[in-house]
Amino acid sequence: MSNVLINAPKAAKPGEVIEIKALILHPMETGFRAGTNGQIIPRNIIERFVATWNGTEIFTMAFSPAIAANPFVSFFTVARESGAIGFRWTGDGDFKVEEQVVIAVG
Amino acid sequence: MNGVRSAFGLAVVFGATFALAQQGSMDKRRSGYQDMGAALQKMQDDDSANPGMLFVQLGGQLWNKPVGVANKSCADCHGAVASMQGVAARYPAIPKGRDRPIDLEGRINLCRTENQQSEPLAPESRDLLSLEAYVAYQSRGQPIAPPDDSRLASFRDRGAEIFRLRQGQLNLSCAICHDDNAGQKLAGVTVPEAHPTGYPIYRLEWQALGSLKRRLRNCVVGIRAEAYPYDSPDYVALELFLMDRARGMPLEAPGVRP
Repeated sequence: MSNVLINAPKAAKPGEVIEIKALILHPMETGFRAGTNGQIIPRNIIERFVATWNGTEIFTMAFSPAIAANPFVSFFTVARESGAIGFRWTGDGDFKVEEQVVIAVG
Repeated sequence: MNGVRSAFGLAVVFGATFALAQQGSMDKRRSGYQDMGAALQKMQDDDSANPGMLFVQLGGQLWNKPVGVANKSCADCHGAVASMQGVAARYPAIPKGRDRPIDLEGRINLCRTENQQSEPLAPESRDLLSLEAYVAYQSRGQPIAPPDDSRLASFRDRGAEIFRLRQGQLNLSCAICHDDNAGQKLAGVTVPEAHPTGYPIYRLEWQALGSLKRRLRNCVVGIRAEAYPYDSPDYVALELFLMDRARGMPLEAPGVRP
């Protein structure tokens, strides 16, 4: 079960700088920790986060094992046209979560 | 007539807000929220930055999912979750037909085993915590209001007794830190007054949501005593005592703590 919380304005003026926040449920297991049986717990992290605006990439981020569980990403962008902001998280073990919000610019 | 009624309504509203304001200024008790930094407070207040809200969302999915032999969801009996308003502020309580108090997690599991005829959820499991967070979220902002049930008194007294009981290799009681030395520093961290205002909490150290029980176990292990088993009635007794001690303080669930 994947779970995402996105906070982006539903409407913006053309040229307005808006903040977009995205929070995702993920253990971000580092691959350096041992479990109760002494065995190393395999690494399980998000490797990449990409945000797109009507298909055009506007923000991307590479994750590392040092980032805490349930990572929160916040970034700014300029509102240019109405459409959809897409979010994609990909990572270890074929982890892939996609989410989309709609924004009206005008 | 109408005028009289609205004047009376106004007086009631004014009285209520006045009582609240008065309690706010007179109340010297501090929630853990007030002792943490501005950044963390902001994280808790912003529903899109508070990781606890991920679990609230998850709890919302579980609320509507039919389970067990009865194939019933929580919503099938309780309807919209708004019916759960105030529940988290009231528990632990004695459910109908029982003779001992149970906490909110116990109540959820009782519903599961009796009404849904399913397996109880494991303590500290994500599903249990998510459901608890979803229910507790409905009482956010409401004052903690333990029920007036005389049967609870003996259990509460037992909780008070444990609170003042010296335990473990360090020979400390809860009260030594959280009553006598609250507000002082312990290894650079402010010792809180231990009011259970935000449970279940998202603790950054845990990188996960955790129950009050987990926090209590943490403390018990911290004073180098042996943690009681998960089903021990002593936890519920302590929770009862703590909720009574925090009576009237607003619930913040899901809280964020360092």
